[in-house]
Amino acid sequence: MAIVFQRPHALRETQMHYCPGCTHGIVHRLIAEAIDELGIEGKTIGVSPVGCAYNNYLYFNCDMVQAAHGRAPAVATGIKRVHPDNVVFTYQGDGDLAAIGTAEIVHAANRGEKITTIFINNAIYGMTSGQMAPTTLIGQVTTTSPFGRKPELHGYPLNVCEMLSTLKGAVYVERVSMHDIKNIRNAKNAIKKAFKVQMAGLGFSIVEVLSSCPTNWGIDPVNALKWIEEKMIPQYPLGNFRGKDLEV
Amino acid sequence: MGEKILMKGNEVIAEAALRAGCRHYFGYPITPQTEIAHYFAKKMPQYGGTFIQAESEVAAMNMVYGAASAGARVMTSSSSPGISLKQEAISYAACAELPAVVVNIMRAGPGLGGILAAQSDYFQATKGGGHGDYRMVVLAPSSVQELYELVVEAFNIADKYRTLCMIMGDGMLGQMMEAVEFKEKEDIYQADKSWAVTGTGMKRDHNIITSIYIDPEILEKHNLKLQEKYRKIAENETRVEVCNCDDADVIVAAYGTVARIIKNVIKTAEKEGIKVGLIRPITLLPFPTAAFEKYAQVPKAFLSVEMSSGQMVEDVRLSVNGKRPVHFLGRMGGMIPTQKEILEKIREILK
Repeated sequence: MAIVFQRPHALRETQMHYCPGCTHGIVHRLIAEAIDELGIEGKTIGVSPVGCAYNNYLYFNCDMVQAAHGRAPAVATGIKRVHPDNVVFTYQGDGDLAAIGTAEIVHAANRGEKITTIFINNAIYGMTSGQMAPTTLIGQVTTTSPFGRKPELHGYPLNVCEMLSTLKGAVYVERVSMHDIKNIRNAKNAIKKAFKVQMAGLGFSIVEVLSSCPTNWGIDPVNALKWIEEKMIPQYPLGNFRGKDLEV
Repeated sequence: MGEKILMKGNEVIAEAALRAGCRHYFGYPITPQTEIAHYFAKKMPQYGGTFIQAESEVAAMNMVYGAASAGARVMTSSSSPGISLKQEAISYAACAELPAVVVNIMRAGPGLGGILAAQSDYFQATKGGGHGDYRMVVLAPSSVQELYELVVEAFNIADKYRTLCMIMGDGMLGQMMEAVEFKEKEDIYQADKSWAVTGTGMKRDHNIITSIYIDPEILEKHNLKLQEKYRKIAENETRVEVCNCDDADVIVAAYGTVARIIKNVIKTAEKEGIKVGLIRPITLLPFPTAAFEKYAQVPKAFLSVEMSSGQMVEDVRLSVNGKRPVHFLGRMGGMIPTQKEILEKIREILK
């Protein structure tokens, strides 16, 4: 019988710990598929974040380093400067990248560090049980914004791609979403392109992935995907912000 | 040995690191150690190495974490307030057993403090600094020549034990110009770094560098492994200089810049018929307890002289263990104790 679908080699045969309906697992798979298709597993080094994906070093077959909260781009910089011919990626959530790690991501991007960042934006802190993130939407109820996010108290959602795309060193910046099959396919292409940009030595590349967190949103998995489409995308428009025409 | 060259302490640190095979430096400017970065910025390109002026000390130390994970000989340097910022990644690197060298050219604190020499980061370096049960090797040179030798040594110890090594200098040592004689070739410890992340090359299972162990039994086991390593380091790597202690009236404990002053005090005191001894810890951690135990019953009293409010004196007291009184003399804020005031203190103790 012909095999039509199987686990990518870059993904280890391990049970993941994510909640039902969480899209981390899909993003992991897309990264692994991209690594397989580019034939780079043997030279890829990933950097795990602090947050729900803290131990995703167990899920990838490539070498992995676990970083302190928000510091993955600095750690990846150290790795990449030692092994410039390797492919180095960070996997970071919105608390990690857009709150505590803003300095590290901005400066890694601005240096044009030849690394790739996969940025999971689910508008909430997952692991610590549903606190407000910099990416939390206006009005969104979280455990630390129990009356909804209010601009006068909490400021505004942080649009990372828009911000980073003002930097010359960030040569490929794209926002994708996990809310349906078509968009998941787009996400895969964006991740693959981001790796190719790195391999061509062009500079920093980032793919922001709008993701669901049914557990902490308090919404069932199906409606969580709808919530991405209806609530998140208006604040975080999908598409390419930088490097659309790069030939890689 | 080669010829003698007149060089600034900070520049010697960078030169020694290059000679020890360090090709990756990440730092952030802060007085009084910035010449280290200047030297690397100029020299690294000639060696095909990396110099990055990071966005912060936090980032710099995390870059060290990454480069050490990747198997490189790597260092960072800073001065007291900047070293505080590095503590997060220091604790993580200690847990992940990453070898690296961190240089602290101490200035006076607390807070932003001042830019002149001090020794007030002793507690930070030897009692933790960052969170959790970890230790570093802390080396305290007292001359530019020794600075060179201990920087090379620090890289070797770091690689040998997969540990962090800190060089504890002070603003005086960093800014001072002194003759230094470099070896033609350094003895470099060749470590097995098969644990490093280099890419699997599809030839081995993946390597993981991590500092998180959610299972308490596994985390305790890991801690016990770390403690066993620190015990081994204490056994093999403790360094101390002992001068004039055999029949001393007073034994002074001092390290770094202060120890140099004590050597002059020994001579001046001799003219008055007072025998002053010196125990100079070269490794502040592991602390040379045995040297203090050995001479604990020789003098009438011990005296710890520091550019702090009294930090190392606690370890001196623990080591002397009540066998003799342990006195303290300290200056703070960038002030340096003079021979005269030290000698007066010794006279007062002997009264």
